Amino acid sequence: MSVTAPTRSASPSIGVDHERPDVRAKISGEFEFSNDAVAPGMLFGATVRSPHPHARIVAIDTRAALAMEGVVTILTADDVPGDRIIGHITADQPVFAFDRVRYEGEPIAFVIATSQRLAWRAADAVTVEYSPLPVLTDPEAALDPDAPLLHPDGNLVRRLVIDHGSECHGAEVEVSGTWWTGRQDQAFLGPESGLARPDPDGGVTVLIATQDLHLDQVQIAAALGIDTSLVRVVCGGVGGAFGGREDVTCQIHLALAALLTGRPVKTTFRRRESFLAHPKRHPARLAYRIGADRDGTLRYVWARIRLDGGAYASTSMPVIGVAAYFAAGPYRFDGVDIVGESVYTNNPVSGAMRGFGAVQACFGIESTLDLLAAELDIDPVELRRRNALRPGDRFPTSGQIVGPSAPVIEVIERCAALPLPEPSPQLHPYARPGGTGLTTLGEGVRRGVGFAVGVKHMLYGEGTPEWCDATVRLSSGGVEVLSAAVEVGQGITAVLESVAREELEPALGEIPIRVGPASTAAGYAGSSSASRQTWMSAGAVRAACRDLLAKLDLAVVSDVGWEQAVTDQVIAGEATYRPRATEAGDPTTGRGDVHVAWMFVAHRAVVDVDVELGTVKVVQIATSQDVGRAVHPREIHGQILGGIAQGLGLALNEELRVHDGIALNPSFTDYLVPTAADMPEMLVDLVEVAEPEAPYGLKGVGEPPSLSSTPAIAAAIRAASGAPLRRVPIHPDDIVTMTATSDPVEVPET
Amino acid sequence: MSTADRSDADADGTAVALTVDGDQVELSVAPETSLLRALRDAGHLATTGACEQGECGSCSVLLDGRMVCSCLVPAVTCASAEVRTVTSLCAPDVADALVAHGAVQCGFCTPGFVVAIETALRTAGDRVLSTDEMHEHLAGNLCRCTGYAGLVTAALEVQRARLAAGAGRST
Repeated sequence: MSVTAPTRSASPSIGVDHERPDVRAKISGEFEFSNDAVAPGMLFGATVRSPHPHARIVAIDTRAALAMEGVVTILTADDVPGDRIIGHITADQPVFAFDRVRYEGEPIAFVIATSQRLAWRAADAVTVEYSPLPVLTDPEAALDPDAPLLHPDGNLVRRLVIDHGSECHGAEVEVSGTWWTGRQDQAFLGPESGLARPDPDGGVTVLIATQDLHLDQVQIAAALGIDTSLVRVVCGGVGGAFGGREDVTCQIHLALAALLTGRPVKTTFRRRESFLAHPKRHPARLAYRIGADRDGTLRYVWARIRLDGGAYASTSMPVIGVAAYFAAGPYRFDGVDIVGESVYTNNPVSGAMRGFGAVQACFGIESTLDLLAAELDIDPVELRRRNALRPGDRFPTSGQIVGPSAPVIEVIERCAALPLPEPSPQLHPYARPGGTGLTTLGEGVRRGVGFAVGVKHMLYGEGTPEWCDATVRLSSGGVEVLSAAVEVGQGITAVLESVAREELEPALGEIPIRVGPASTAAGYAGSSSASRQTWMSAGAVRAACRDLLAKLDLAVVSDVGWEQAVTDQVIAGEATYRPRATEAGDPTTGRGDVHVAWMFVAHRAVVDVDVELGTVKVVQIATSQDVGRAVHPREIHGQILGGIAQGLGLALNEELRVHDGIALNPSFTDYLVPTAADMPEMLVDLVEVAEPEAPYGLKGVGEPPSLSSTPAIAAAIRAASGAPLRRVPIHPDDIVTMTATSDPVEVPET
Repeated sequence: MSTADRSDADADGTAVALTVDGDQVELSVAPETSLLRALRDAGHLATTGACEQGECGSCSVLLDGRMVCSCLVPAVTCASAEVRTVTSLCAPDVADALVAHGAVQCGFCTPGFVVAIETALRTAGDRVLSTDEMHEHLAGNLCRCTGYAGLVTAALEVQRARLAAGAGRST
């Protein structure tokens, strides 16, 4: 990977690498993660969770637990003074289950004790009497008339129709395929944890590892029944997120406990609890038909997508929106007929994970395009290149005109041109499928190459209001940037600093710049998600810096320097940044101004497959990614390499398996996060075509690496083995037995 | 920070005296208390725990010179032991290389990787490790953010630099 030395130029801070403000403390172990927080006299909480995926709660008996020495109190739904039902998009999820539980691991009570170990022991001593209910585990059956009704309005979270263009039949060639993706967990390493303390004004301060301080704040306030201004949420050190911290887990329980006990209360989840507590990537069924001319010109795409939303809505509404809007990929189609549905089941709650629906859609469209390439005997790369969107085209689903920053052909051509690895499988055991297990001498090993292209929007979209505040304070000590943008590891703190430097140093000269703590007191930033925070925060900090400069007499600054000019004043620049507004798509056609801008990416995977054993070694992943303008190239490389690792995990290893609503492998022993030994050589190429809508022309970079890496690996394994492989993650059995893993399902025409 | 502040130690536990990063420490531990929890309860927070079943390597420390997952070691077995965490093992050349290669994002795994990298380099001695071998050496530690490339490249670079400088090991 490239490491560029910081240089001074016309653009001193944007576009070059900087040492992250947090990096030294993270290496030395001095960085404070949320579970490192302490407060004098603090208590500890432990959550009582349902062992049943669907049951009526008959009785909760806390007497034995309360009788244990050191147990202070036990909270249940009866102790929730405000809204007992919360949710950051759809309010459908109880703070504590009170009449029935709908998934394994649903919180029922929160035990407060004088030590964490004691709280856990006491939680085990809480007895809950259940009356089991019929369990709905098959998303394909969720809308059947006889399916158990999980929510008052039915089991459909959202159905989205995108239907326009010519009739979707009658092309010279039509291919069809049904595809499935498994339940991937974010598997961030820092378990959920937080510390709440009561404030003298009757409010509460919650230190928490989260992705969105303000979404936590409004849900805590609603459940507590107090004014939002009395709830302060401070960002604790976040040990990774990837979408898994968008939902409330322990936040409300902690805040409630702190207010009711009058003492600080802390909790830290254990790994099994973490697996059960946060929503995961939606498992998907993707039924596709693509029509094309014999020469490979695409005509129409028909897709029926169903997502398993699990027991509560979480982000299922926007996730199925994203899946549907990106179900046609970045390609020209005359006709588009897409129906996306997300449904309730008694499986674990599905929600946000890196790629947010576009990952599943990409696997569907890209896998079906490979069927078409085979049918037409056209090279898969050439088929994609020939049909790629160009600037000025209409986006196939929304119908929006794609602006000048749409380098789809560039990412395809440049990725395809990256050097391939040595043609013959290496014989060193480390490099063979099966690794050091020495399962093969190489006789059954076949090499395959696969290619895929991904697309997703940045920012929220579909009409969701969006803005970002920032304050830049100049004092004798230098500049402080205040923002609620959450550092989840992606490097946003370094971005905030670089933007301030970029804007202020030409006028003020070299100046100390530091980024203040992220909290709800620092204005609103929205979530660190949706590949949006760098764009949004850069826009806000840039505008705040310009506001600050407008308040200064720059002639004086120039004469005497900023320190003399400021003396003992504090001068603040403030701004709220708003991107172009979006709208919901037309309910029938799906057309509308639903997204602000898009990111494009291509991946090529080279794999060695032992076709006798079904073992796979990914040899190389090459990628070209459209990044608009690279803000911090080294950090972008880090996002890309890490995103590819997660894409490789979804392709090969990672699935939280669930049987009858019960998670079978909620541990790092059985849920297989890729290790260093699983990772291939990776070639990264950044394509920079400035995005005119965005500050500095930048684009978000976090999600694209997870889009097409998975289908590229699947395609490579198909090429090597000849197995149809309709489902990821791909298991050795699927390769050896040449089966499609899952039985095809009948998907209704309408 | 005192044990009392953390309120999570076992007041009736067994007293275990050991050395942590060169300091004499006395811990009060229950029979089931892991070395990881004992260290953290005593305020040694540099070592993190992500799985507490020996799978992720976040809690890696040297116990009498051998790398262990501190979550798997009962603290009561550590009497008179010498424990070294990232706090005393983090060498400037490793830190600089991790910075230069973008090997740190959320940072939760990083202290464990510092211990694992130092262990890999000491184990290898004067033998130059290949990229594949370094991938294997570091395969006991999970990182969810970086895809490992920066960590592996940094470790290889440090090894080459140390060998070139004529020192296969450093403290």
